[in-house]
Formats: sequence, C-alpha cells, structure tokens
Amino acid sequence: MSKKNTAPRLGSAVGGIGSLLASLTCILVGLVIGFVVLLVLGWITLAQDGNSLTFGQMLTKTWNSGFKAILSGGFYSTANAMGMGVRTEILQAAPLVMTGLSVAFAFKTGLFNIGAAGQYTVGAYFALYSAIVMKLPWWACLLAAALGGAIWGSIPGLFKAFLNVNEVITSIMFNWIGLYAVNTLIYQGGTGVMFNTNTTKTYTIKQASPGSLLPTFNVGIGGKDYFGAMFLPTIGIFIAVAVAVVVWVVLNKTTFGYELKACGHNKDAAKYAGINDKKNIVLSMTIAGALAGLGAGLFYLSGSKEWEPLVSTALPAVGFNGISVALLASSNPVGCIFSALFIAHITVGGGFMDASVFPGEVSDIISGVVIYLCAFSLLFKSGILKFFTRKPKTVSPENGKEREA
Amino acid sequence: MWLLLKYTLLYASVLALVALGGMFSERSGVINIALEGIMVVGGLIGVVMINLLNAAGIPVFLGVLLAILISGVAGAVYSSLLAFSAVNLKADQTIGGTALNLLATALAVVIAKRINGTDSPKISYNANTNKVLNNLHFSFQIGPLTLNWFIVVAIVALIAAWFILYRTRFGMRLMACGEHPQAADSVGINVYKMRWCGVLISGFLGGIGGMAYIVPAVGDWNFEMGVAGMGFLALAVMIFGQWKPMGIAAAALFFAVFRAMANIFDSIAFLNALNWPKEIYNMMPFIASMVVLAFTSKKSRAPKAEGIPYDKGSR
Repeated sequence: MSKKNTAPRLGSAVGGIGSLLASLTCILVGLVIGFVVLLVLGWITLAQDGNSLTFGQMLTKTWNSGFKAILSGGFYSTANAMGMGVRTEILQAAPLVMTGLSVAFAFKTGLFNIGAAGQYTVGAYFALYSAIVMKLPWWACLLAAALGGAIWGSIPGLFKAFLNVNEVITSIMFNWIGLYAVNTLIYQGGTGVMFNTNTTKTYTIKQASPGSLLPTFNVGIGGKDYFGAMFLPTIGIFIAVAVAVVVWVVLNKTTFGYELKACGHNKDAAKYAGINDKKNIVLSMTIAGALAGLGAGLFYLSGSKEWEPLVSTALPAVGFNGISVALLASSNPVGCIFSALFIAHITVGGGFMDASVFPGEVSDIISGVVIYLCAFSLLFKSGILKFFTRKPKTVSPENGKEREA
Repeated sequence: MWLLLKYTLLYASVLALVALGGMFSERSGVINIALEGIMVVGGLIGVVMINLLNAAGIPVFLGVLLAILISGVAGAVYSSLLAFSAVNLKADQTIGGTALNLLATALAVVIAKRINGTDSPKISYNANTNKVLNNLHFSFQIGPLTLNWFIVVAIVALIAAWFILYRTRFGMRLMACGEHPQAADSVGINVYKMRWCGVLISGFLGGIGGMAYIVPAVGDWNFEMGVAGMGFLALAVMIFGQWKPMGIAAAALFFAVFRAMANIFDSIAFLNALNWPKEIYNMMPFIASMVVLAFTSKKSRAPKAEGIPYDKGSR
C-alpha cells in the first residue's frame, strides 16, 4: 500500500481499478439475479406442493438449500468430505483458466475466439488418444492436447486472414464439426480402439495407461492430510497458473506480444508499421487454440471423467465459460486465474444445491448474466473512472498493476 | 424421396424464418448472433404453450395459431435484451449476443427441469401421451407429402419481408440505419427506434423458427442441446443469401438439403450403402456452410454500419 506511484501512474491505476470494480459489479448483479431465480423456483415448488410459507421463511429456505451452496462452492460443508468439494473445484478451475486465457489471448489481437469449446473438444481427443492408445507419459499427452487445439484454432485464423471470413462464424461452425468428428472417431460404430462397449465411454486412463495421469499432490493441515486418498487433486491448476504467467509475459514483455496487441488496436496502423497482420491473426488463433486444447488435457488426464461419445450432443460448457472468465478479467492473463476460480466456484456450488428444487444450471444462468453485463461493462468502467478521477485520493496503487493494455 | 422433400422443406422453413429475422436485425445495423438463443427461448415457450393450451382445452386450430404466435412473442421479448444492450447501452454486439445464447440454454434447462420436477431436461408434446393438442397438429398431408404449418408461415414471412424491405417507407428507413445511420438521423429518422424494431422483428421470427425446428420433426425435446447450432447455420444462410429475402430463400433450401440428409440417410439406398456414421451427416451442413463462405466471403457485402453502435453525439 505504498503511495509513491500514485501520481505519475494515475491514469493506468484508475483504469485497473475501474476494470476491477466493473468486474465486481458484474459479479454482484449476476449473483443477485441468481438469487432471484432461486427464489422464484422455490416459490413455484411450494405453490405446486400446496404449502404456504411467509416471505421470510421463503428467503431462509432459498438461502439454506440453494444460494448458500452456490456461495460456498467446493467448501460447502456437507459436500467437502475428505476435500472432495475443493478438489472438484480446482479440477474444474484448471481447464477454465486455460479456456479463459484462450479467449483473452485472442481478444488482445482483436479476435473473438468463440471456438474455445471446439478446440477444447479436439484437444480432449488428442489427449485421450495419446494416453489410451499410445500410452505416452503425461507431459507428452498434454503437448498432444495443445497440438490438437492449435490445429483447430488455426483454421478460423486462416479463414480470417486469407478468405476474409469472420472468425466468429468459422469458430462456431468448427465447434460443431469438431464435436461430431470427435464423437465419430471415438465411437466408430462401437469398434473404436478407445471405446469401452461395457461402459459406453472411453477406457479409463487409470487402467489403460496409469503413466499418462497427471501427478497428484496433497496439503497437510495440522499434521493431517487435507485431501483423502481417493480425492487427491492433480497438479493441473499449477500448470494453468504457470501458463497464465507465461502468457502475461509474452503479451506484455515481448516484441511478439506487442505486435499482436498492435494488430488488435489498429490493424491498418500495424500493417503500416511493417507488422505482418495476416501472420499475426493466424498465430494468435493458433496459440489461443493451443491454450484451450491444453485445458482439455488438464481435465481429461486427471482421470476423473471419460468421454461419452453417445451422449455428448452439446458442446462442452467450459469452452463458453472461458468467455466469462476472459471478460471478467478484462483479458488480463493473471486476472483469468481468479475469474476462473470464481466461475468454477459457483458451478461446483450449483451442483450441491437441493436438486429437487433448484437445478444446478442456475450457476450457468449467473455466468450468462455476467457475460451479458460484461458486454457493456465499459459503461460501468467509464462511470467509475469519472467517479475516481474526481476524487483521486481513493485510488490504491496496488490494483493499478492490473493495467489493461 | 417424399421424405427427403418433407425434411428439406421443414428445415428450409426453419432456416428461412430465422435468417430473415437475422436479416432485419443486421439491415438495421445490429449483428444478431443471439439467434440461436432466441430460437431456444421461442422453442421452449412454444412447447410449453402446447402443453398449457392442451390443458386449457382450446380448439386445435386456435391452439396451433396461439402457440406459434406466442413463441414469436417470446422470442421478441428475449431479443429486447439484445436491443437494450446493443442500442441503448452501445455494448459489444457479438459479446452481448453470445451471452444471450448461453443464458437461453441455461434458462431453458432450468425451466424444463422445473416443469418436469425431475432431473430430466426433456419436454414431451407427442401424440402418444393422449394429448388433444400435439405435434401432429402442426403437420398436414398433401397426397404422399407431409407438410407443416411453419412452411406456410415461412412463405408468408418471405413475401412480407420482401414487401416491407423494398416497398415500404419503414423498410427503406431500416436499411438506411444499417448503411449510414448518421445520414438517416440527419433526415429525421430515429435510428435507435429503427434498430429496436429490427431486433424485435428478428426476435419474433427467430422465436417462431425455434418452434418450427423443434415441434414438427420430433415428439419431445432435450433442451440441454439447445437447437444444435441451427441458429448459427441461419446466420450462414443470411450471409450466403446476401441479406436479401429471395437470396435467403434460395440459400435456406440449399442448406436444408444437407440438414435433411441427417434425418433420412438410412432410408435412401445408395447413402445407406455407404455405411457412414450419422455424425458425418450431422457435420455436413456446417462443412457446406464453411465451403460456401470461403468462396463467397470476398465478394460479400454486409450492411455497412452493422456491429457499430450508433451514438447520436459522435460524428
């Protein structure tokens, strides 16, 4: 909390704090709307059952069997036996950080990577194939996953750079193509090498190739292990954090990152300055794809879930939640870590609600509302900016480092 | 062959309705990527209305008409969220639309699960459940060919869209707002109002399109899968149709053939002999749209001001 930097860096400090406050406002409004949805759901259920409760009782019920779970996330007391809830939360946060980085990276180059879901799907296929069939060690499987995502991400980049097709449309189309292709390749009419006909899923990595599972870790609290032997979390979250830092360095401290951002700010000016904009568009989308693919590797190599080609008719939600992660973080790579933890927190918490009254998808509603609000969060931001530039002494330089570039 | 024609016309009417919706929105200057979500909302409300009207015991014809109308109104109401953020708050239209897509699926699943009172996001409206009003009432027979009412709606919408866009003052003004809103404003056209109209019309048509996709083809729907990318295909149809009603009609027919293949490939001998998995056919319309866009995109002429929020104060 030193104040020495306040004056010269005022603009950026205010910008950073503006982004942060705008994101927090989005989250707050999103949570309030989520609470209202839960309240309505609870009221409908009671009305159907013919019970009548006072409004106060309604509030208590919504809080206790619904909203409290969302707010406590993986720490919800009844669900956190032997650290299971917390493990689930960091297990889900790791791929979210990656898809968030994927979207954020493309944003910096002025591209909207709505295709993280497809890149994630293809990355998952590459990870599973190299684990179950080729039985590679875990780090090689991760690289394969990133390669898969990179291939899928490069396609919209190429279409945009050389054929002038909007990357949003291409990404969306290739999301679906990727999903159907991966389902077909894994299933192959029941004869796929990775397809276990008994479980109608892919073979578990634990049985097929234990060496491909990500290493696990434990935390000791008061001389006791926090996580039970069954619920050891993987190192995926640390890999995700490390990658976030690397992405931050690449974007902010290298010429390459500068060129990418220049293309994002003004394509024509960048071109005039001798930057190859086409190359940068393709590279940016390829790297974004690699990040999303790596996220799929982090999730599927944890061995906690298999691919189910027969019922995977919807694109993985983690790909789209990456958009909320990136927007909440104002595309700051390090910020993505925290916003991913938040999204994972409410998603996991949503699953712990009393499912007969409150469907877990309420947390998806919150996430959707957050993106909707983020779309015009610039508005909050400029409002907050005005507020702070009038009273500059409330600015804390600590948050100023999260400057949006 | 009749089957191929049936499904082609079915999907063509869906794509045409939704793409026409997208056209109205984009012609007014607002990119409507939320069509997918609008379809989900329209489809959900339409299906819910079928069940509600069934319980209310309304005559079948009136029930069909009401359900279609209300699905459109639901789509329009939902699209007002896009209009509000894109026109009044000058938000990023692509991000706002994406948010509405995600929100729609989440809402639909929550509502469907609540209606069922179980963990199943499926809503059923088929004839087997002894319902007076069911999905069969949306279809009718002409000889060996099964058609559905949405085809009629789509044709009416097509003609109306052509007439409104090119032969009315409203249509001309709408297009002006998508090309050069400053110029439109300077001659006294309320750009905000026109853009609101464009988005609301797109919501109305998109909502009906969502119901058209869900109801005539099957008897129950799993809302977890949304509308499986149909809204985005409609966007491709709109681009391929060059934001013109007749172009959209042709493009819709073209894509519908590919989409229909996924439903009927096993009843056509030579396709069945190829023994391809169903997924290949599911992929086809998306691959076709990419190929088409790759070849047409360089010449493509989108409304000039689409995607740019209009600010009265800026010059």
